[in-house]
Amino acid sequence: MALTKRTLIKLAGAVALSGLIAAPATAFEPTKPIDFVIMAGAGGGADKIARFLQSVAEKKGLMTRPLVPNNKGGGSGAEALIALKGASDPDHTILVTLNSFFTTPLRQPGLGIDIQTFTPVAMMGVDPFVLWVHKDSGITTFEQWLDEVKKGGYIMGGTGKGQEDSLVITFLEQTFGLKIKYIPYKGGGAVAKDLAGQQIMATVNNPSEAKGFYASGDVVPLLAFSDERLAAMPDVRTVKELGKDFSYYNQRAVVGAPGMSDDAAAYYQKLFETIYNTTEWQDYMASESLSPLWLKADDQRAYWKTQVERHKELLAAMGE
Amino acid sequence: MEILANLSDGIWLSLQPINLILILIGVTLGLFIGAMPGLGSVNGVAILLPITFLVPPSSAIIFLAAIYYGAMYGGAISSITLGIPGASTAVATTFDGRPLALKGRASLALVTAALASFIGGSISVVLFTGFAPLLASVALSFGPPEIFALMLLAFATFVGLGGDDIPKTVFSICLGLVFAAVGFDEISGEPRLVFFGITGFLHGINFLVLAIGVYGIGEMLWTIETTRGKITSTEAKMSFKGIIADSKEGMKRGWRQTLIGSGIGFFVGILPAAGATPGSLMSYSVAKMTAKNPKEYGQGHPGGIAAPEAANNAASTGSMLPMLTLGIPGSPTTAILLGGMVIWGLTPGPRMFTDQPEFVWGLIGSFYVSNVFALVVNLAFIPLFIWMLRMPFTVLAPLIFVLSVVGGYAATRDMHDVWLMLVFGLGAMALRKLDYPLAPAVLAIVLGPIAEPTLRQSLLLSSGDPAIFLNRPIAGPITLVAIVLILMPLVKFLRDKLRGNRAGTAT
Amino acid sequence: MRFAEIFTAGLLALLSIYLMWKSAELDIGYIKGEGPGGGAWPFWLSGLMLICTGFIAFNWVKRVSPPSRSDQPFLDSYSLRMVLLVGGGLFGFIALTGIISMYGAMVIFLLYYLKFLGRHSWSLTLVLSVGIPIIFFIFFEALMRITLPKGLNFTEPFYNYLNTLIY
Repeated sequence: MALTKRTLIKLAGAVALSGLIAAPATAFEPTKPIDFVIMAGAGGGADKIARFLQSVAEKKGLMTRPLVPNNKGGGSGAEALIALKGASDPDHTILVTLNSFFTTPLRQPGLGIDIQTFTPVAMMGVDPFVLWVHKDSGITTFEQWLDEVKKGGYIMGGTGKGQEDSLVITFLEQTFGLKIKYIPYKGGGAVAKDLAGQQIMATVNNPSEAKGFYASGDVVPLLAFSDERLAAMPDVRTVKELGKDFSYYNQRAVVGAPGMSDDAAAYYQKLFETIYNTTEWQDYMASESLSPLWLKADDQRAYWKTQVERHKELLAAMGE
Repeated sequence: MEILANLSDGIWLSLQPINLILILIGVTLGLFIGAMPGLGSVNGVAILLPITFLVPPSSAIIFLAAIYYGAMYGGAISSITLGIPGASTAVATTFDGRPLALKGRASLALVTAALASFIGGSISVVLFTGFAPLLASVALSFGPPEIFALMLLAFATFVGLGGDDIPKTVFSICLGLVFAAVGFDEISGEPRLVFFGITGFLHGINFLVLAIGVYGIGEMLWTIETTRGKITSTEAKMSFKGIIADSKEGMKRGWRQTLIGSGIGFFVGILPAAGATPGSLMSYSVAKMTAKNPKEYGQGHPGGIAAPEAANNAASTGSMLPMLTLGIPGSPTTAILLGGMVIWGLTPGPRMFTDQPEFVWGLIGSFYVSNVFALVVNLAFIPLFIWMLRMPFTVLAPLIFVLSVVGGYAATRDMHDVWLMLVFGLGAMALRKLDYPLAPAVLAIVLGPIAEPTLRQSLLLSSGDPAIFLNRPIAGPITLVAIVLILMPLVKFLRDKLRGNRAGTAT
Repeated sequence: MRFAEIFTAGLLALLSIYLMWKSAELDIGYIKGEGPGGGAWPFWLSGLMLICTGFIAFNWVKRVSPPSRSDQPFLDSYSLRMVLLVGGGLFGFIALTGIISMYGAMVIFLLYYLKFLGRHSWSLTLVLSVGIPIIFFIFFEALMRITLPKGLNFTEPFYNYLNTLIY
């Protein structure tokens, strides 16, 4: 699985270049404000990214009609998927996704959502995960952490059962034979705060969510679940260096509603490609430790397929 | 002294012409956005966020903070003039603001709200300036058990808010709490209470849908029905002299409540997750409990407006504190502001004060300036709002209905919620006729989503042992106070009953 | 009123039972070492609601609460008419939103209310019924960038034209 991702990144670079040179003029122009659905509530990671994308589009004057952010986080994103499936005007409806794009249809089969019917637009990047502890715990290496957890009664916080971080924690439990108590919170920000306040002992958070406390030295990163070491924390080992073939990212992608016309899809693909290549977005990815993963539309569909299979396994491992 | 130097730099920055103009536009826009039922500071800040790209970051955040302030002032306006709380933070303002307006004293109510907001905002800005880093560590020490204890305290203060009919009050609280649970269970990660499989329930029942249904539609139907169409309009006069006289009266009768509100509001506001609503509610209750004559509250006492208004403004300043010092939003609005800072390339968090002093102090300076401007702009627009009140009832009523429907839609952008609002409105009218108090339900739907998860997170932390609420140094005392407050009326009730029975047998 | 009191209490009791039944889809017990299950909070609170309706009924029998003593009708013919006219108007407003857009429905609702219920002059009625939706359109679509429902497809050319004016 991870192997495919690495090759895809390489592929992506080539695709991004060719896309820049030959950008055909599209026949579609939006005639009304675009419903920019966000699969999460206001203030979360996906919301931040959506508003950033919107502001870049606005700042650069890329659009004749505005992108109107619309938070539909209900039911782990089920609400957003249903809204897109039933969109009255698929040419003016797009969605900012995270991994619940894969997990929610798997966990709630009753929704009748087939994500392959959605229209690929752009993969803006992937958000890695890192294991964090509080500095007062005195733990500085992953091995020390393992010893500490094995003493028992260890408490971690996260964004909920079946959510991205809980899948990583389940992986840790099963690979290293640990038993961890998991406290669900409403969002990554609340998790980071309760780690800094030592209400919980450790978290698996995106670097962007723990950034402030990392900069102040309150929290310590122990292990990254990325393919390669993160530029922002070069001393932190990856789980691959421990000999475990595992990596896990949260996707930050934009997809179109099912039934979007080809012209409209081409318009949005070009729009987000332009945004992707702005210095604003490149700087944002660097400062928030997002990894680039540019994919062509067809490759996105293939990526979805591998991710769905992957999440099936991960959820099954969790006993879901 | 360093603080004073920084602060004067900050205030100087916000007095730059461009920033001053932005503040003026910001508070005015905010005032109208806040006054519109269904729209609040969240909408204002979220929508204007991209526009701020045209100016430097420090001016941008000043603009957004000005909108935030303006909206907090504006929330009181619809509570008082229309009787519809524009945001959850302004629910408590309706308790006395609406009756006062109906007595023809709308200007007194509006002036009191503006002044109390100003004082609450100013006191909290001073506290903010002096003690930001210290208070940040207090905010961090509030984990789930502490927040739940605080919610328990907020519920304890409910007891004094309901009507005389205890079963109906308890019913109302529980109904609000059950509605708050609709949609999704955070802890187990499962959907729940999705009635008849309607997907609109997946996002839960928004506070505004219930509030606008109850206060906008239900209350209006009730008024139309009980007054038999004979209501013409509220008598409301307006003059410059009147404003001065009203300010004097408002502050004379409400200064104590303003101080209570400022203090409680600020301290509750700095706790992430808690926010301005419990703050304003608790301030109202404390003001009422400590009053010489609590019976005056709910009939149109200026103090009953001053306490929650001072509190919600103090809390909105307070909620900036965890945002700036910890990078954690204390309210949905600050969550969006936080996103804005990330967009501008700033890293909110513990290092913000040392790494970005100019930005931080510019923002703090703008709080002082925005507050002054918000007061002036608010007072200047009071005649307009009074004029609205003097419209014939058959013009005002359809306008309120239109505002309600549009506001109900704008809150979640789902027609499902507009229908739900109509159902709540009709239900509320019927229950209102039968003396069911509905304010407890409206407040419970705000507090429920904070109370339930923190209760269950705490019990997870303690492996199911409820003693966690008593044996932690901060949670313990708060829980004890809450329990005493809850039991007090019960003890009093039983004592009265015993006495009553004895008196009954004696005669 | 006396009948309405017990009738409403009965309805609310049924509502409570329904909520309890619906909550029971998730675990309503106390999971050892974890605290209450996912359905416990709404289930037991709905249970408390049911108990409250019991007390309300008890007070009704004892004629304690004011509504249970009142022999006035819950809604007399005038009230019923007003509630139907106003409530029906609102119902129409919301229902028309899905067909002729929220702004169009607003025009109809204001015409109906101002002229038919308010009996205002035609000039005032027309100015307000056209003016208010225009103010709302400018405030929401142009300034706040909140799009209100546009109804069925036939309104599209009209709004697309307006969009070219405001953006």
